[in-house]
Amino acid sequence: MVVFRYDRSFEGLLTAVFDAYAHHEFPDMLLGEADTPPLFFDEMVRIYTDSEKSTRVWNGLKRRISESALYMLPDAWLSELPGVDMLLFKYMRKAIDAPCSIELNFGDADVMELLKIWKSVDKERLRVIQFVRFQKTVDGMFFACVEPVYNVLPLVLDHFKDRFHDQKWLLYDVKRDYGFFYDERVTTEVHLDAKQWDENGRLNEDSAATDELFFQKLWKGYYSSMTIKERINPRLHRQNLPVRFWKFLPEKRK
Amino acid sequence: MNDNVLEKLKTLAESAKYDVSCASSGTTRGHTKGTIGSTSGWGICHSFTEDGRCVSLLKIMLTNYCMYDCAYCINRRSNDIKRATLSVSELVELTIEFYRRNYIEGLFLSSGVVRNPDYTMERLVRVVKDLRLVHRYNGYIHLKSIPGASQELVNEAGLYADRMSVNIEIPNEASLKRLAPDKNFQSVLQPMQYIQQGALQSLEERKRFRSAPRFVPAGQSTQMIVGATPDTDKDILNLSSYLYQRPTMKRVYYSGYIPVNEYDNRLPALKQPPLVRENRLYQADWLLRFYQFSVDEIVDSSFPNLDLEIDPKLSWALRHPSQFPVDVNVADYELLLRIPGVGVKSAKLIVTSRRFGRLSSWQLKKMGVVMKKAQYFITCNELPMHTINELTPERVRALLTNGTRKVDDAQLLIPFTY
Repeated sequence: MVVFRYDRSFEGLLTAVFDAYAHHEFPDMLLGEADTPPLFFDEMVRIYTDSEKSTRVWNGLKRRISESALYMLPDAWLSELPGVDMLLFKYMRKAIDAPCSIELNFGDADVMELLKIWKSVDKERLRVIQFVRFQKTVDGMFFACVEPVYNVLPLVLDHFKDRFHDQKWLLYDVKRDYGFFYDERVTTEVHLDAKQWDENGRLNEDSAATDELFFQKLWKGYYSSMTIKERINPRLHRQNLPVRFWKFLPEKRK
Repeated sequence: MNDNVLEKLKTLAESAKYDVSCASSGTTRGHTKGTIGSTSGWGICHSFTEDGRCVSLLKIMLTNYCMYDCAYCINRRSNDIKRATLSVSELVELTIEFYRRNYIEGLFLSSGVVRNPDYTMERLVRVVKDLRLVHRYNGYIHLKSIPGASQELVNEAGLYADRMSVNIEIPNEASLKRLAPDKNFQSVLQPMQYIQQGALQSLEERKRFRSAPRFVPAGQSTQMIVGATPDTDKDILNLSSYLYQRPTMKRVYYSGYIPVNEYDNRLPALKQPPLVRENRLYQADWLLRFYQFSVDEIVDSSFPNLDLEIDPKLSWALRHPSQFPVDVNVADYELLLRIPGVGVKSAKLIVTSRRFGRLSSWQLKKMGVVMKKAQYFITCNELPMHTINELTPERVRALLTNGTRKVDDAQLLIPFTY
């Protein structure tokens, strides 16, 4: 069994593909820096992430599969699922070896699996776009906490930059403890040490704008009046609006 | 802004909630400098009420005072309910503040008819014009056109709204006359015609001048109440199919009748709204729009109503066993769409993947085909054992509608041999 050890970055994975082809040796297992190796293995190959090698692999893939299929790879990578790196490795290998593009061969288990993972990442991205609730701060910035299952924050920035281009906003992933700040021009990645919100993502009283709570009240009032009592359907409700988002939604708070 | 607004907001939301449409799709418009917001083509739902319906737009009425007395409507003149009117500035502030917090995708504005249709329509147009031109709001606007409004006002409204709608409500003119004495088909179809004319004219102009204004870019929609009158599904679907043939009609919504005015004996006394029938109508609607079915295939004079127990596509398949089994490895896309258990997505996946090799049942399953249904209607790489022709339609129907299966049956049900 051949084991590759790499730094668990996407570039590292692309470098691993390069090295595998360079040495005609393909891994049966991919390990991160800190992972414990299996009890028995034949060879351990150390991969040193190299941007030149990863760019070459990326450009090579560009020639073999279409752009939409190509960008499924980094999106699926953001799922952070265990084993997704091996799946991506297998997919890239198939894409490189096949005489024509494999991206539409959904009869292939790996291609289908990648499509499934990409779909669930994309769904999570959409859900973040749907269920982000901004709160206005005293200094006129808009702040929101999110806790997505997959690391989809980088994928939603374009949408929010377009929609709220004339307001300063900060999106913060509390699970992964990082966020993006938009200053009406560009987004920058930020990490906040002093948390000015409670566990439900609500801003502290002194940092929220004066009318913020009132608008939340208005929204909550509107939301509860919209329900048609005769049609109540809790199962459908939870299916469309998963419970894990409720704590961040002013309309669902007690 | 104070608690008074909260009360008004609640009252007007209560009055507006029976309108089904909440779509925010159909226009893609990025931001421009100095404006607020954008629209995204596929539409985004920002919340869901406890009945499972999406909240995408701030669906609200400008006022719920109404001079009409339609039997099915909560806002009818003779109802003793709370009435309120929002001022333009209140409505604009609500919309923009909600929008900036990502609560909503835009505004859905409608109104009760006050004084006369033109007066009401003019007030609606003033609000959206204000929102677009003074407050530079660039998000989605769905505007209700008032039945009986004049062409000039509809033409002006169309310049600011993304989508407009006029509700038919009752699929049959005689029933409409009986339940809503102030309305007739003409007053509903006329504004639809105006919207269509405006949109087609704008398309024509935009071919010549790039800067010509867009007119209702997301098209129009309408709504029909189901179960308030004795009309059959055939009447309803025939009308929808007729409407879909018109160029700008994007959606027909069906709303299961909720007895809001129980005292009115022109309406049936229902224990609960006809939700299953509503669901079946939506399924039939999808067949019309995405599955290339024609309306006579779904309902005809011998089957004027949809089967409540099984979906319309399965019901069609059971009535036409001669069309099956379909070989998924060679059949046309159109034929794949007719297989119960195969949807648009899986049909497309099948068409693209079978170029690479023959497909087997496990691959179909992974693609999302509902094999529980599809197994009786297809052949693939394996040999079929029990298709509809061996089992007879009645038996297939029984197998698919019975929730619990006996263990002994399971052996007969193994669908394919390797």
